Amino acid sequence: MKTSNYINMEFLSRSSNEAFARVAVACFAAQLDPTLDEIGDIKTAVSEAVTNAIVHAYPDELGKISLKARIYEGNVLELVIKDWGRGIPDVEQARQPLFTTGGEERSGMGFTIMESFMDRLSVRSRVGKGTTVTMRKRISVRATGAK
Amino acid sequence: MEIREKTVDRNLLLELSGELDHHAARKAMEEMEMAIDAAVPLKLVLDLGGVTFMDSSGIALLLRARRRMEALGGNLMVCHVPDQARRVLDAAGINRLITIR
Ligand SMILES: Nc1ncnc2c1ncn2[C@@H]1O[C@H](COP(=O)(O)OP(=O)(O)OP(=O)(O)O)[C@@H](O)[C@H]1O
Ligand SMILES: [Mg+2]
Repeated sequence: MKTSNYINMEFLSRSSNEAFARVAVACFAAQLDPTLDEIGDIKTAVSEAVTNAIVHAYPDELGKISLKARIYEGNVLELVIKDWGRGIPDVEQARQPLFTTGGEERSGMGFTIMESFMDRLSVRSRVGKGTTVTMRKRISVRATGAK
Repeated sequence: MEIREKTVDRNLLLELSGELDHHAARKAMEEMEMAIDAAVPLKLVLDLGGVTFMDSSGIALLLRARRRMEALGGNLMVCHVPDQARRVLDAAGINRLITIR
């Protein structure tokens, strides 16, 4: 697939960066003319992936998070969120609804939400090395003028 | 994130506004717990009308509210759920666990 545009960013795993990350991606995605629902879904998926990196990858330290957003021909948005933290021992188990290692403050629904809001979700992880979450979503093409 | 509180008898109304993400959730959770401890309500209404963004951190808050109300033998109602939050609740299947109006 041909890339028609991209942005790359890197930030520290501070929770105050959650809002920054999702708003930045929403602004970048705006060129695809998404609906309000699509923007909401993209922001939520970004928030889930970035929060996971902040909460689970770096539980007792601050670490680096990279976020890349690409637009491919055919109105496809791809998001890659990467950390160099703890990693996930069993990705299949982690993706199950309600599975959490986060206790009372978490609900274990993050991956389920990402899966439901994006067309594709892939999670690659190595314990002690980090995790890469890749998501893709095709944005519907609307007739011009029909907002 | 801001929470406004109204107590009438043993009905507690909490109006949430702003962004309910991980960054805001801890403080919101604490405020909610304090309000529940003070009111010991039989009915808790969480009004999400002013919530401009919510992710799974908000789900954890709603589930906590539900557990607290169960322990008190009371009930929980969630109302004025904006579209974005509604989609998150639907995706997570929370509408089956919590009364949403
Ligand atoms: N980037 C990551 N690094 C290390 N572990 C992770 C990462 N992302 C997810 N996990 C693991 O996968 C589990 C499931 O993640 P998921 O986002 O579905 O739920 P959660 O974060 O626990 O709860 P919620 O997202 O509902 O607040 C986490 O509890 C954690 O153990
Ligand atoms: Mg999560």
